[in-house]
Amino acid sequence: MDEYTATAKPVNFQTWFMDKLLMGMTWPEYLRTLITPFNLLAAAILSVGLPLIVIRFVQGLASVTDASNDYPWGILLGWGLFSGVPLSATGFVMATAYYIFGFKRYHSLVRLGVLTGFLGYLFAVIYLLTDLGRPWRIYFPMAVGFGTASVLFLVAWHVATYLTVQLLEFSPAILEWLKARRVRKWAMMITIGMTIAGIILSTLHQSALGAMFLLAPGKMHPLWYSQYLPVFFLSSSIYAALAMVIVVSTLGARFLRDKTDHTFLSTLDPLTIGLGKGAAVGIYVYFALKLIGVAHDDHWNLLNTPYGHWFIVEMLCFVLLPGLIFSAGVKKQNAGIVRLGAFSAVLGIIVNRINVSTIAFNWQLPNHLHHIIPPWKEAMIVLAIFTLHVLIFRWILNRMPVLREHPDYKESH
Amino acid sequence: MNDKSHEPVITDTTTGDKAGGDGPDQRKPKGMDRRAFLGTVAAIGGTAMVGSSSLAHASGDFSGYPNSYGLLTDLTACVGCRSCEKACNEENNLPSPDVPFDESSVFNEIRRPDAHAYTVVNRYENPKDKSQPIYRKVQCNHCKEPACASACPIHAYRKTPEGAVMYNQDLCFGCRYCMIACPFYVPAYDYASALEPKIVKCTMCYETRVKNGRITACAEACPAGAITFGKRDALIKIARNRIEKNPDKYVDHIYGEHEAGGTNWIYLSGVPFEQLGFSANVPAKPPIELTKGFLSSVPLVFTIWPALFGMCYAAVRHRDEVSDEKSSSHKKEEGK
Repeated sequence: MDEYTATAKPVNFQTWFMDKLLMGMTWPEYLRTLITPFNLLAAAILSVGLPLIVIRFVQGLASVTDASNDYPWGILLGWGLFSGVPLSATGFVMATAYYIFGFKRYHSLVRLGVLTGFLGYLFAVIYLLTDLGRPWRIYFPMAVGFGTASVLFLVAWHVATYLTVQLLEFSPAILEWLKARRVRKWAMMITIGMTIAGIILSTLHQSALGAMFLLAPGKMHPLWYSQYLPVFFLSSSIYAALAMVIVVSTLGARFLRDKTDHTFLSTLDPLTIGLGKGAAVGIYVYFALKLIGVAHDDHWNLLNTPYGHWFIVEMLCFVLLPGLIFSAGVKKQNAGIVRLGAFSAVLGIIVNRINVSTIAFNWQLPNHLHHIIPPWKEAMIVLAIFTLHVLIFRWILNRMPVLREHPDYKESH
Repeated sequence: MNDKSHEPVITDTTTGDKAGGDGPDQRKPKGMDRRAFLGTVAAIGGTAMVGSSSLAHASGDFSGYPNSYGLLTDLTACVGCRSCEKACNEENNLPSPDVPFDESSVFNEIRRPDAHAYTVVNRYENPKDKSQPIYRKVQCNHCKEPACASACPIHAYRKTPEGAVMYNQDLCFGCRYCMIACPFYVPAYDYASALEPKIVKCTMCYETRVKNGRITACAEACPAGAITFGKRDALIKIARNRIEKNPDKYVDHIYGEHEAGGTNWIYLSGVPFEQLGFSANVPAKPPIELTKGFLSSVPLVFTIWPALFGMCYAAVRHRDEVSDEKSSSHKKEEGK
């Protein structure tokens, strides 16, 4: 008991600050490490993007977006919400695989999956807050008016709840970082409950994002509109998550090598191949579902139209091809090939969500393709928020035990 | 709850058509219809939140308020004078437009209702007679089961028993999903406002006129008798009657009778509606029907998933325990 309190209370604030926030360096040392080409690029992006965000809030949406009465949603949501949420299914997929289905070998990737998910949702909300007309009313669906017949009502509740769930799921890492041993024990006890809550919330809101478009059958191209949209969105989010864990762990091992431990690095290749196997199965399931969707509505005749050609490109190059790359990598037991598959699968998910929310939507309006090109200011805001996302992700990976196990807590899972 | 006393009895004076006085029909108990509608809302919410099956039975039955009001625009009568636009602008205290209402150059482009106009009139070439252009008035169609209301996560929209679809900006956080959902591209957004952006759309003059027994400003202002205000049921009969009497003049289609589950604003035209920019592929089902199936799965997931995945967890633990027992009993035997 005494030894716990001794380690939990740092000697004084300055050592605590240097230890926790400056990674054991003094201010001048720390600042010197910040001058890197990547950071300079990030600073350049933020110096343009952040003022634009301020302008958006001072002068209204019209000052930075091309959002119009016919095109109420643009790239802020197409990228930030509709692509960001499936790529953040990592937390629920990894936690379910590890805690519920017993894939115990994947231990070193679970925390990374949960962090990717948590930050992904947090930033999806930030994109949403930038896009909402009156973001300070974000809590209205929870407190002021209950639109229970609305799919968006469900999404709002679930994203808010799931964000909390993921924070709790990630809290052991934060508590280990802060050396709060006893609170951490409490946080570990609720893991299974939180994981099952995560499954419920994720299955529902991943599919709900697709279900949102069910309300607008006349506006969306029939090849993308389907009563199966909720199933498409849920099913693709699962392989999106597996691919995303591969992508993030690859980047972590490449750029933050000194923050990883031996277990992480030595198991990464076999685990990547294992994830790739899962992702390949996920892609083939999704591909089959999409074919069933076309068959169900008997839309084969639409395939030989301009939009049909684009649909075929999406299905072959952005769905089937990543699947085949995964399969090849698994067959050759080559983690590099699997990683290539993962990057292409993530790109494919983004292509699909942009297709549904932007390209297939309003396809019948005159000059449609001209209308969906985002103005540079909106693109810059998206880039700035994405840069912040990467910086905060790195900040946490640099400090908290995510890519490595905290030496004090080994064997305690 | 029952506000029969406010119910306006209106006979349309602009065309001579009797639109309101359908006698005993009007005396239907209104409260019950409203309850049926509330039943729909409760049923969807109910199935979503607690999975009540008894209410779900009621949810398919709402077919609109039978005594609600509506408007009939006869495009063959419209002369494109834009009196309705002007009357609407004044009635709703909207900013005066950059181009005056008697300026015909606005017809050079197709416009849509926006943050400064609840209604606009557009000009289309008449395929039958090029010298006689066709004018089309655009505004909210006041659907019987509005997609915007089904989309709103905060209940900022409501369908009044009188027929108007009303939006309350005090409840809106500006997600604009209603604009995505509207099959007719009606709701507009005030993107230029930083602090109080809101949805802008036709209110059927509900607060200022219809509630007090008066007809809408546009219908009152129309000098050509192109806009008829009255009970929706009566307007459908009038429209059908006109088609029957003049089969050569009208296409045999009342736009809004069935589109999106039926709208309170309906249209007659001499040329096919899709040639006049009307959304052509609007299903007859009310849009809310399209998401009902999904929302009804929500309580099932909440109920079944914990048991199902809890069992998976138990199965994995069980297997681990069995293998632990085996290996430890093995060790014991070795120790003997």
